[in-house]
Amino acid sequence: MDNGQLIAVLASILLQASPLIIAVCGETLTERAGIVNLSLDGTMLLSAMTGFVAAHLTDNLMLGFAAGAAVGAFFALIVAFSSIQLKQSQVATGFVLTLLGDSLSAFLGQEYTRLPGPSVPHFAIPILKDIPILGPIIFNQDGLVYFAILLIFATSWWLFRSRPGLELRSAGERPEAAFARGVNVRRLRYLYTVIGGALVGIAGAAYSLDVKIGWSEGHTRGLGWIALAIVIFGGWSPVRGAIGALLFGATKAAATVLQRAFPEVSVVAFNALPWLLMIGVLLLVSNKIVGRLLVNAPPALKRPLQRMLQVAPPAALGTELKNE
Amino acid sequence: MRPGWLDRIWPLLPVLAALAFTSVLLLLFKASPVVAFSAMLEGAFGSSERILNVIAFWIPLLLCAAGLLITFQAGLWNIGIEGQIILGSIGATWVALSLELAAPLQITLEILAAMAGGALWAGIAGWLKTRGGVHEIFGGLALNNLAIILTNYLISGPWQPPEGGSFRGTVPFGEHALLPLFDGSRFSPLALILAGTAFSIVMIALRNSTWGLKLKALGRNSRSAFLLGVSSNREAVLAMMFCGALAGLGGAVRVLSWFDSLRQSISGGIGYLALLVVMLAAYRVLWVPFVAFFFSAVLNGAIVLQLRTQLHSSLGDILTGVMVLFVLLLGDPIRLRGLRRAKDDG
Amino acid sequence: MRVELQNIRKHFGEVRANDDISLIFEPGKIYGLLGENGAGKSTLMKILSGFQKPDGGKIILDGKARRFDSPADALAAGVGMLYQEPLDMPPFLVLENYLLGQRRGFAVNARQAAKDLRELGKKYGFDIQPEEHIRDLSLGERQQLELLRLLAGGAQLLILDEPTTGISTEQKVLLFDSMRKLAKDEGKTLILVSHKLDEVQDLCSQVFVLRKGKLVGEAKLPCPNELLVNLMFEKLPPRRERASREQKQVALELKDAVVATPRLELQPLNLTVYAGEVFGLAGLEGSGQEILLKACAGLLPIRSGSMQLGHQPLDQLDYHAARAGGISYMAAGRVEEGLVAGLTLTEHMALVDQEAGFFVDWAGSRARTKERVQHFQVVGTSESTVEQLSGGNQQRFLFAMLPSSLKLILLEHPTRGLDIRSTDWIWQQLDERRKDGTAILFISADLDEVVERSDRIAVFSGGRMSRVVDAAKTNAEELGHLIGGEQ
Repeated sequence: MDNGQLIAVLASILLQASPLIIAVCGETLTERAGIVNLSLDGTMLLSAMTGFVAAHLTDNLMLGFAAGAAVGAFFALIVAFSSIQLKQSQVATGFVLTLLGDSLSAFLGQEYTRLPGPSVPHFAIPILKDIPILGPIIFNQDGLVYFAILLIFATSWWLFRSRPGLELRSAGERPEAAFARGVNVRRLRYLYTVIGGALVGIAGAAYSLDVKIGWSEGHTRGLGWIALAIVIFGGWSPVRGAIGALLFGATKAAATVLQRAFPEVSVVAFNALPWLLMIGVLLLVSNKIVGRLLVNAPPALKRPLQRMLQVAPPAALGTELKNE
Repeated sequence: MRPGWLDRIWPLLPVLAALAFTSVLLLLFKASPVVAFSAMLEGAFGSSERILNVIAFWIPLLLCAAGLLITFQAGLWNIGIEGQIILGSIGATWVALSLELAAPLQITLEILAAMAGGALWAGIAGWLKTRGGVHEIFGGLALNNLAIILTNYLISGPWQPPEGGSFRGTVPFGEHALLPLFDGSRFSPLALILAGTAFSIVMIALRNSTWGLKLKALGRNSRSAFLLGVSSNREAVLAMMFCGALAGLGGAVRVLSWFDSLRQSISGGIGYLALLVVMLAAYRVLWVPFVAFFFSAVLNGAIVLQLRTQLHSSLGDILTGVMVLFVLLLGDPIRLRGLRRAKDDG
Repeated sequence: MRVELQNIRKHFGEVRANDDISLIFEPGKIYGLLGENGAGKSTLMKILSGFQKPDGGKIILDGKARRFDSPADALAAGVGMLYQEPLDMPPFLVLENYLLGQRRGFAVNARQAAKDLRELGKKYGFDIQPEEHIRDLSLGERQQLELLRLLAGGAQLLILDEPTTGISTEQKVLLFDSMRKLAKDEGKTLILVSHKLDEVQDLCSQVFVLRKGKLVGEAKLPCPNELLVNLMFEKLPPRRERASREQKQVALELKDAVVATPRLELQPLNLTVYAGEVFGLAGLEGSGQEILLKACAGLLPIRSGSMQLGHQPLDQLDYHAARAGGISYMAAGRVEEGLVAGLTLTEHMALVDQEAGFFVDWAGSRARTKERVQHFQVVGTSESTVEQLSGGNQQRFLFAMLPSSLKLILLEHPTRGLDIRSTDWIWQQLDERRKDGTAILFISADLDEVVERSDRIAVFSGGRMSRVVDAAKTNAEELGHLIGGEQ
């Protein structure tokens, strides 16, 4: 592989990972506020379908993304309402919505499979695109990729550098203490669940309008679960989550290359890769196995390794606020 | 507050709401809800053959739901049940394709292999959770996909029919390897007996066994249960494997009576459906068979609906899903009333 | 700020937590609020600080009646409360924790804010490091931060709920100095909620005493302790004489045992506990005594060295083997660690039934539960679920579940949150056990309890166990030095 090919592969990895990055940023915001929106897989399917149909019918790309975002926000609102107001299990609601999003997308989208529709146009950023190596990888892309990259830094800044971000994290860490400081925990949880859901919806639409253009039944099936796993792998940080999404994309790209190189190896081995990877990275960050392996390692090696791998979820993730 | 008439009809509300929601969808597709629902009803109960189909579909669903009662009792979300069904099918198929014995022995071995396969897959998810710290939802989900990929590999590779590599399935098994069927239908009385036995065992285990009590404690507070002497890791893995064995048995019923060979998407979504069954039954043991039967009728009706009207059969899944969603949202009038009171205060 | 409470009422079901309480607090003074557990102190202070709403009555600040919807509301009106367990954010940086809840600006000017915080700390003699994580601080330091946060938020009335539980002597001196300074130099009103009479005598100029939700008396300080005691308790439960220890049989022996958690590694431990002995472990929370207890229970592995129960080596012990071998462990959080909410008392009894077969013997379990409930004076029935019991009754029920013959009982804060009667009852039970030759190893944050109830005592400080002292020959002062890390 020469340099040109390598750059093309890297650029394609970035494009492929962009919707995942958007979904991971969205879910990270939601979970940082203390709510698990488990419905990602169904949400993304339904928003991919809705986004494509809306764009196909109106021939307007932005309307497609708006429709996808609206679907995502609506599903998230159901999760928020049932957990915050009704104190139902977030897993239960999220799981039912996962199945429902899947079957609704199959039913509502049945007449729109394999049709042409608008897609996100390529747009190279002048000047920046001429930076050697980085230019063609990062700045010779389309608007969606730029949005995903901006989103990583925006959510990261919001979470860790802004005052509203402090309040957002406090709602997920110790809602009782946040309440005592005047933070309106319920309102914040609603807000960030819906915003996170809207981003997941945009991610869904990004598949049908950009990365995997068109609609067919089960178009993005499985990717929502991958995004949820990457949020954990990312330790609830947007930057680390984005790295996870890129690594996932890179593994898939590597699998494609390897498949071409070793045609005699069954296609099965490569299909299984993402799921084996999912189990592998979750094992890695949970620290149970690694901790056991490292019991007798020298502290100088153990500490930084554990700090790098170990992640802790927001302490109040999935729990409700008790005021009194 | 005493329960009034509103509270009495309340349990029906989610059902009505779900019917209303699907009606709107049908109208969107310019189909008459009355025609569609009566087609579904007809599709489920229109002839004795169709009723037998509903029962035949109900059996593995009941097996899975019974297993899930155990895992839910232990506080586990066994989403990996789909994969456990598939591994059960694979286990049964492996025996069916590799041995040639007298029918009773053959079938017994097939069933045992299926239960072992399901238990193995569930055991991995349980092990990942207890030893590896991977939540059973994620472990189970990954294992579901790996099971699907394994099936595809087997039917396109080692177990490919001699006539060539269509992705459809293995060769049909011989008569001696299949469950005896009732009057040319897909319903196997033997499978019904097995499912009934399994369900009774689950019921007794939950009510009267020390194991059931341990699981109950584990599901509500695993830390306390551990301190009170429950080996929480072992019991959690056992609960998973027990459920996996029943799901595997369900998988055997799928390949040995519903179908006659291992196919793509062999589970038919029964595992996820069983999760919905238990949720709609609100984890009440005695409700489970009835809810499962109702769901089986809805899905079988939806298949007939698709044949007749070209409307996608996922309408059945939508109906069941929306029903469970409305039960979560509206099912408890007390919670909703608390909500109104909270608003009045504010 | 002049604070007036008029006819405050708060009921929880049948319980009258606050029954028509009226009080006045003048600016520039430090008040004490005394009362037994459950007397209504916390409820009253939660109402004053906006955490709970009263069922009736008025809060009047400087002549104006106020209603608070939240603690933030109360702080905006000048009322701040410092909790025993500070309401802060363990994973946050000190600076972030300080900024949370302040309503100014959108982006954070970290450098300026850090400088402000450091200077504010200096003013009260606190050494604040804005870039540290809250979870790495001691309880005392977290308390200092909360105090600064409340002051920065404009608190004119400060309520301190048992602030000296679990902090070091130095930190206590520092805290008291700053409290005096706040009252005298800045004219703030302070309320100290405590059950430690010495502290109240030392710091406060006036004290109010609550009992069973009512104001039963007040006094100008200093005054004789007996007067306060008589106000707090209707009649004092008689102190029991303890049987003296005669047996010299070793129950538990640790030799150079090394135990560690990711957070803390203990210095090698050497410890002998005799049969029939009560051994108390004191120290600041997180100093290592909990780790020792967990290791003895088989909840943490022993890395090197040895541990013996009687003559039986226990190096590779797991918790369930320890249970079977006659070791019982009772954690501090009862409903979180020990009882299962949602299960009835009978179900608990069936769960711990040693002879249980495959099927549950419901009739037998119910009969056993009824008998134990009666014998241990648990207020509840065999069909009550454990969360329906009060804290004292939960603790009684935990004792009711203990097997009849035990070699060693390990207790974490056995009487935390219990009133004096339940506390006394629990020690009676332990005394009975002791007579049967059971060794008792316990942790308590209450030094008085450690001194009063133990035969021998060891103190933990920073992962290191002190020399073992004889309870009869020591006093709180000596233990205080040991807690501070002196040998």
